[in-house]
Amino acid sequence: MDILQILFWVLTIMAIGCALGVVLSRNPVNSVIFLILTFFAISGHYLLLNAQFLAIVNIIVYAGAIMVLFLFVIMLMNMNADTEPQKSWLVQLAGVVSGGTLFLVIIAAISKANLLGVIQPETTNIGLIKVLGQVLYKEYVLPFEISSVLFLSAMIGAIVIGKKDME
Amino acid sequence: MPIQYYLFLSLALFCIGIMGALMRRNAIIIFMSIELMLNAVNLLMVAFSKMYNDSAAQIFVFFIMVVAAAEVAVGLAIIVMMYRKVHSVDVNILNRLKH
Repeated sequence: MDILQILFWVLTIMAIGCALGVVLSRNPVNSVIFLILTFFAISGHYLLLNAQFLAIVNIIVYAGAIMVLFLFVIMLMNMNADTEPQKSWLVQLAGVVSGGTLFLVIIAAISKANLLGVIQPETTNIGLIKVLGQVLYKEYVLPFEISSVLFLSAMIGAIVIGKKDME
Repeated sequence: MPIQYYLFLSLALFCIGIMGALMRRNAIIIFMSIELMLNAVNLLMVAFSKMYNDSAAQIFVFFIMVVAAAEVAVGLAIIVMMYRKVHSVDVNILNRLKH
C-alpha cells in the first residue's frame, strides 16, 4: 500500500464522515463546519486525481465564498440547536430507508456493469491550468461568456428579492 | 485506483445528500444537502475525465460550480426573505404559498 492509496482512504473516510456530520448534527453552525471539511476532502481527491485547477477553484468558490455566505445567513438568523425544527422519527426513518435503498440499487447495477478502468493520475496533464485554459477559451468560450450573463441576472435577482419593501 | 472506488464514494456522498434533504426540516440544511449532491457529481465527473483522458468533463465541472454559486446567491436571498416574513426557516410552514 503506497502513499497515494493511504491518502485516498484517509480522504474518503473524512469525506463520508463529515457528510454524515452535515446531515446528523443538530446545530446548523456545526453542519456548515462539517460541510466545509467535506469540501476540503473533495479538494484533496481532486489533487490526487491531478486536477489542480479544480482543487483550487473548489476551495476558493465552495469553501471560501459559498460556505461563508451560508454561515453568514445562519448567524444572521441566530439559529442554534434549540430552534432547530425536528421531523418525527417515522419521517426520518423513511428518509434513511429511501436513501439507503437508492444506494443499494445503484451499487447492484454498477457491480454488473463490468467497468474496467484504472486511474493513473501521473500519466496525464489534462487537469493543469494551461491545458484547461486552452480548452476553455477555444472550444467553450461562448458558454463561458453566457455564464457571465447568468451571474449578472443572479446578482440582480438576489438584490431584487432581498429588498426591504417589495411594493 | 480502480474507477469503482470513486463510483462508490460519490454514490455514498450523493445518497447522504438525499437522506439529508429528506430528513431535515431546516431549509438551509436542505440547501446544504443539495450542495453535497452537486459535489458528489463533480467528483465522479473528474474521475471519469481522468479515466478517459478528456478535459471537457473538467470544464463541465467548472460550469457546475458557476451555476451552483448563482443558485446559492438567489436561494439564500429567498430564504432570508422567507425568514423575514414568517420568522422561521421550517419548510413545513411553507406548505401554503399564499402568504
